[in-house]
Amino acid sequence: MIAETGHYALVLALALALIQSLVPMIGAKLRDPALMNVARSTAVAQLLFVGASFVALVLVHVGSDFSVANVFENSHSQKPLLYKITGVWGNHEGSMLLWVAILALFGGLVAIFGSNLPLSLRAHVLAVQGWIATAFYLFILLTSNPFLRLAEVPVEGRDLNPILQDIGLAIHPPMLYLGYVGFSISFSFAVAALIEGRVDAAWARWVRPWTLMAWVFLTLGIAMGSYWAYYELGWGGWWFWDPVENASLMPWLAGTALLHSALVMEKRNALKIWTILLSILTFSLSLLGTFLVRSGVLTSVHAFATDPSRGVFILLILCLFIGGSLTLYAWRASSLKQGGLFAPISREGSLVLNNLFLTTACATVFVGTLYPLALEVLTGDKISVGAPFFNLTFGPLCVPLLLAMPFGPLLAWKRGDLLGAAQRLIAAGLLALFAVALLWAFVHGGSTLAPLAIGLAVFVIVGALVDLVERIALFRVPLGISWRRARGLPRAAWGTAFAHAGIGVALIGIVCESTWNSEYIATMKPNDSAMVGGYEFKLNGLSQRQGPNYREVFASFSVSQQGAVLGTLTPSKRSFATRGMSTSEAALMTRGVSQLYVSLGDLRADGAVAVRIYHKPWVLLIWYGPLLMAFGGLLSLSDRRLRVGAPKPAKAARALQAAE
Amino acid sequence: MTRKQRRLTMIGGAGVVLVIAAALVLNALRDSIVFFSTPQMVAEHPVPPGKRFRLGGVVETGSLQRGDKLAVSFVVADGSAKVPVSYQGILPDLFREGQGVVAEGALDAAGVFKADTVLAKHDETYMPREVADSLKKQGHWKDDYAKKPGAGSSANANAEPAAQGATQ
Repeated sequence: MIAETGHYALVLALALALIQSLVPMIGAKLRDPALMNVARSTAVAQLLFVGASFVALVLVHVGSDFSVANVFENSHSQKPLLYKITGVWGNHEGSMLLWVAILALFGGLVAIFGSNLPLSLRAHVLAVQGWIATAFYLFILLTSNPFLRLAEVPVEGRDLNPILQDIGLAIHPPMLYLGYVGFSISFSFAVAALIEGRVDAAWARWVRPWTLMAWVFLTLGIAMGSYWAYYELGWGGWWFWDPVENASLMPWLAGTALLHSALVMEKRNALKIWTILLSILTFSLSLLGTFLVRSGVLTSVHAFATDPSRGVFILLILCLFIGGSLTLYAWRASSLKQGGLFAPISREGSLVLNNLFLTTACATVFVGTLYPLALEVLTGDKISVGAPFFNLTFGPLCVPLLLAMPFGPLLAWKRGDLLGAAQRLIAAGLLALFAVALLWAFVHGGSTLAPLAIGLAVFVIVGALVDLVERIALFRVPLGISWRRARGLPRAAWGTAFAHAGIGVALIGIVCESTWNSEYIATMKPNDSAMVGGYEFKLNGLSQRQGPNYREVFASFSVSQQGAVLGTLTPSKRSFATRGMSTSEAALMTRGVSQLYVSLGDLRADGAVAVRIYHKPWVLLIWYGPLLMAFGGLLSLSDRRLRVGAPKPAKAARALQAAE
Repeated sequence: MTRKQRRLTMIGGAGVVLVIAAALVLNALRDSIVFFSTPQMVAEHPVPPGKRFRLGGVVETGSLQRGDKLAVSFVVADGSAKVPVSYQGILPDLFREGQGVVAEGALDAAGVFKADTVLAKHDETYMPREVADSLKKQGHWKDDYAKKPGAGSSANANAEPAAQGATQ
């Protein structure tokens, strides 16, 4: 019964989405407030129904109802409860349902909190959300229905892919989807603006918080996914330039550019057409990401059990929305009025530079991800584009971006003083040079570029703080006054500083980990020991134990430094009977921001075991950086300016609202 | 500066960045892409020793030998040709004889493929897509490899590897 109820709720949600797509558009055409307000109630109702459908799927998974094909294929009665719940989106059908549920959530939020939007804009935005929702409901109901029943009820399920039975699955996909799908709001706003033929600073002020929210979630989602891969896959890699990772990086790069260009639009009413285009591109890249992951066109470590026949459907959705919105853009963009003027050296100019480099970097990732696909379709040659390609293209493009980053916030709007900004950054530059000199003098081994990269990171971090120090006049006025000034600063200024510094922090982690990481790969027998990165690892012995739905062999290592015992690490190898698969569970020990990492390989008949031991210096900074960026984003989101909403732009809009 | 001059400055700057990016991309595409070959392709068009490529095929049953210091050697076959592979390190959890594998490395002078990476794939039923495609093209797919014990539904029309083990 539950499954049928869920299925029925999903069909009703489709019906509501259809109404939401059409009626408000007609209402806006006829200038009928009642019809336009239909958008609001349908968006909320749609959220309730798709929510009910999602809850139904969770319930059949938790109840291990193996008569439902989706549960049979992805669950097992002995699976721990947490994984019964997260297993809901650990498969294609369920993850698509999560996708539309989040889409409906954002639509519902706009409906509920958008009361200060002009009525026609809100109607258009929600109608566009309705179009996207309709397409994806059709996709789910026609090709990937999670509620299908099996004719014969199996006794036991086939279990969830063991690699997914991890807390990471509870966090990473929902975060990532909140980011991906969150960009649908800026897309809908952009399309609505094109339909209305009107866009102004107030529009940017409405769009920016939604974009920022999506960006925060996407940042956290990507970082979480990276950390998950790092500890789960057993060899300590945290970024593989895998097509599916690139699929999440591209919307992030475009979304970051969008955040910055929306700022110019909000403050200076310039870059309107570009901001609209970026909104469209960002969500298009999110759709592309969904297509790449879900269609199975790319082989990847992430593409679990994909089905190419579904790819055609998603490709259709992709072409329809990207093609449609870009056509609309080409047709209507010229009707938008040009905004404020600015000199090349100015805050606006620096943000344009930021956008230029971010979108170009995004384009290189795009080429690297899709080139193998295009080549295979055109010539049949099979190639792979790996890390070297991205290091040679994406890397060099990041350098000028990072070099320019501290200058941006120090330049004035309209016309900036580059020399003045450079003078204020002298301290940051000197500290960076000092860091480079120290590293060259005292640290040996590794690439000569590494100290330079760390110098760049120091410049970025200190440069981000310079703006704050200047604005609170630290050390130039008594500390009490500085403190009061600091509290008076807009939170957005703090947010910017944190987010920019986060990039530098992550860069330090990346450089340290990839340059000075030490590894030891060998077979060890009980009582053997190994020295890695100044730590001694002694294998005490191997034992076995039974988990809820697996058996594991685990090794016990005592870790000591200069004779002092620091603790025990117990990496294990789990074998899951249902799928006949085994996974390696790495054991980690955190020392400051560095980590020790041990994972097991094959067990030999003579009692020896293959082990990988790593010392990863400063590796945690790789994820602390994005955390800092997300924190900065949240601070900025809580800025009063964004909370109070935008001023009402025109009298006409107010008159329409009064008629509600 | 007039509006026109400003715009030209911007467009010029953007053009420079785009040209640099295009140059970087073309340069990287020339040097850092890796081609995929099957043993048959290696037999027909010999790859010069030292040139990196990805070798994909099926690990021949009974060919896996372990040596000292984690050295392993095995034979990758695709029904019509074979290539011996040597590797030093820990094989992925899902490496099995009789199953698909993709290794990256280069041939040495003796014709042995020295792999520095053996790709880990996460699904037990997984056959690397490139391997599945080339086996299908050669007609070996259905006869030789898809018939795992108990797998009745071998090689349906779209033969997605992940669906292969559905009846196991």
